[in-house]
Amino acid sequence: MEFINSDIMDKVHDELKNFNPNDYNKRDVENTLSKESLDINDFAVLLSLAAEDFIEEMAYKSKIETSKHFGNSISLFTPLYISNHCENSCTYCGFNLQNKIKRGSLSFEEIENELKAISKTGLQDILLLTGESKLTSLDYIGEAIKLASGYFNLVGLEIYPVDVDDYKYLHLCGADYVCTYQETYNKKQYKKFHLNGPKSNYEYRFNSQERAIKGGMRKVAFGSLLGLGDFRSDAFATGLHGHYIQRKYPQSEISFSFLRLRPFIHQNFEYGMDVSEKQLLQIILAQRLFMPFTDITVSTRENSKFRNGVVGIGVNRISAGVSVGVGGHEGNLKGDEQFDIQDGRSVKEIKNFLYKKGLQPVFNNHVYL
Amino acid sequence: MKDPLIIGNKKFLSRFILGSGKFSLDMTAKVMEASGAEIATIAIRRANQDGEGNILDYIPENLILLPNTSGARNADEAVRLGRLARELGCGDFIKVEVIKDSKYLLPDNYETIKATKLLYDEGFIPMVYMMPDLNVAKDLEKSGAEAVMPLAAPIGSNKGLLTKDFIKILVNEINVPIIVDAGIGSPSQACEAMEIGVDAIMANTAIATANDIVQMAKAFKLAIEAGRYAYIAGLGRILNFKAQASSPLTGFLD
Repeated sequence: MEFINSDIMDKVHDELKNFNPNDYNKRDVENTLSKESLDINDFAVLLSLAAEDFIEEMAYKSKIETSKHFGNSISLFTPLYISNHCENSCTYCGFNLQNKIKRGSLSFEEIENELKAISKTGLQDILLLTGESKLTSLDYIGEAIKLASGYFNLVGLEIYPVDVDDYKYLHLCGADYVCTYQETYNKKQYKKFHLNGPKSNYEYRFNSQERAIKGGMRKVAFGSLLGLGDFRSDAFATGLHGHYIQRKYPQSEISFSFLRLRPFIHQNFEYGMDVSEKQLLQIILAQRLFMPFTDITVSTRENSKFRNGVVGIGVNRISAGVSVGVGGHEGNLKGDEQFDIQDGRSVKEIKNFLYKKGLQPVFNNHVYL
Repeated sequence: MKDPLIIGNKKFLSRFILGSGKFSLDMTAKVMEASGAEIATIAIRRANQDGEGNILDYIPENLILLPNTSGARNADEAVRLGRLARELGCGDFIKVEVIKDSKYLLPDNYETIKATKLLYDEGFIPMVYMMPDLNVAKDLEKSGAEAVMPLAAPIGSNKGLLTKDFIKILVNEINVPIIVDAGIGSPSQACEAMEIGVDAIMANTAIATANDIVQMAKAFKLAIEAGRYAYIAGLGRILNFKAQASSPLTGFLD
C-alpha cells in the first residue's frame, strides 16, 4: 500500500472536530440562503438540524443552480458487477467474507456478453464493480476495461483502492473515472464496521481519489453510507473531502453519491440509525448548493418516487437498468446481489420518465482523452 | 442593411451564435429558427455517433456547426477534440476552449494560445474563448484566431457585461471579430454589448433557463439587431460635464 504525502485527511478531520449540527439556528440558515456562493461554514449550516425546516427553500435554490450548470441534461449510466468475491468483512455489505452467498466472477466471454446486452439499451457510460479479492487482479480488471471500452464511450471503476501506478495502468486501459466511497468518516465507527481485510486501512482508502488523479483519472467520486456514523457529520466530511481535492486539483471533476443502508441477503441485525428521505434530500441539496458544479448521483438504493423527485432539483446523474448481482443483463446471475435494490426500472423506463418531466437524457457527456 | 459578419472568409448575416447543450434536443430546430442564428455551437463530447441523443442529429442542416473543445484541459487535448470534430464531419470551424478548473470554468489563456496555433496549423478556423486581455488577444490574432470570444461574466451566471471596459479595449485594438461569449443573461445586456461595437453575441444559459425558450431566442435576436443598428448609427453624445467657470479656463486664448 503506497503512502502519499497529503494533508487533506487532516484538514477534513480538523473541520469535522468543530462541526456540531445542533449549533445553528434559523437566522444562520436564512443568512446562508441569501448568499450567492457558500463557504465551509455555510455548508455546515445547511446540514444542520435547523436547516431541515428550510427544505423547500433549499430545493428551490438548488434547482436553479442545477439548471444553471447542467441545463435540463441528466446523464445516464449503469453499473456492471463483474465479481462479488471479497476478502473484506464490512458488516453492512452483502459481499462480506463471512456471508454465505453465491460467489462468482465473470469470465471475459461472460463480461463481453453482458456488455453487448447493456450496450443495446443505448447507454454509453458504464461503471465496472468488483469486491476486493485476489481473483479480481489488476490484470483482470484491466482486461475488463479494455473490453468495455469497445462498447462504451465512458468506463468508470468502483473497485478496491490501488496505488498511483495501478490507476495509471487502468487509465491507459481506458478507464476515465473512479468511485471510492469512504462509507464513514468517523474513524471509530469505521473500525467497527471494517473488521478485517485491506479495507480496514482508513487512510489508504481516504487517499484513493488523490492517487487516482495522480494516475491520470479525469473524475473522482466521493460518498458515504449514511447511518454508519452520525449522518450529518459524514455528509459534511464527504463534501469537504471533495472540496479540498478540487482546490488542490482544480482540473479534476468531482462527483458525489450519498447512500443509505439497505437490507442484504442473510442480514441478521438491525442498523438502528435510520436516515429519513427528507434528511437524505437535505444532504443532496446542501451539497449542490455548496459545490454547484459537481455531479451528484442517486442510487437504486432509493425508490422510484424519491429518485423521480430529486432528479433535476439536485441530482444530475442517474443509473438505469440496474442489476447489483454478478452479471444478470444476459442470462442468469453468476453471483448474489450486494443489496436489495428499490428501483429496478429499465433504461427505457427511466428515459421515458425523464422526457415526461421535460428533462433531456444524456448518454455521452465526455470523450476519453 | 447589408452588414455581414465575416469570419474566416465566410459571410454571416446573423450576429447571434447559439449554444445547444442546455435544453431538450427536440427543441433545437425551433429555437435555432427563432434565433435566426446561422452558427450553432455543439460540444464534441456530447456527440454520440450512431447512438441515441446525438446532438449532431438535431442541428438543422442549413446551420454552420461550431464544435467546441469543451473538456480539454490543455492544448494537446483541444487538438485531439478538434480532430475528432473533423472526423465527425463538423467542418473547419472550431471553438477553442481550454479549461483546467472544474469549478469556475474559466479559460486558461496560456494553453488556449498554444491550442489556437496548433489548430490553425492543421487548417482549422479557430474562434477562441478567452479572458478579455489585450496581450492575449493580440497573441491569439498572431496564432491564427479568426475571432476572439471574450467572456462577459462567469459562464452560466447571467450577470451581463462585467468585463465591459476590457472588452471595449479589444474592440478598439483587435482586427478579427469580437464575439462576446459567456455571462450574457438578458437581451438588454446583449444589446449593450453590441452597442459598444462587439461583432456578435454567443449565448446559451440565458435562453435555456427561460420559461419560454423559443420566445427568448427571438428576443435575443431582436436585441442583438437593435444593438448593431445603434452602433452603426453612432450613439448620441451624452453630456455629463458642463463648462462652469465664470471666466472661461481657456480665456487666455483670446
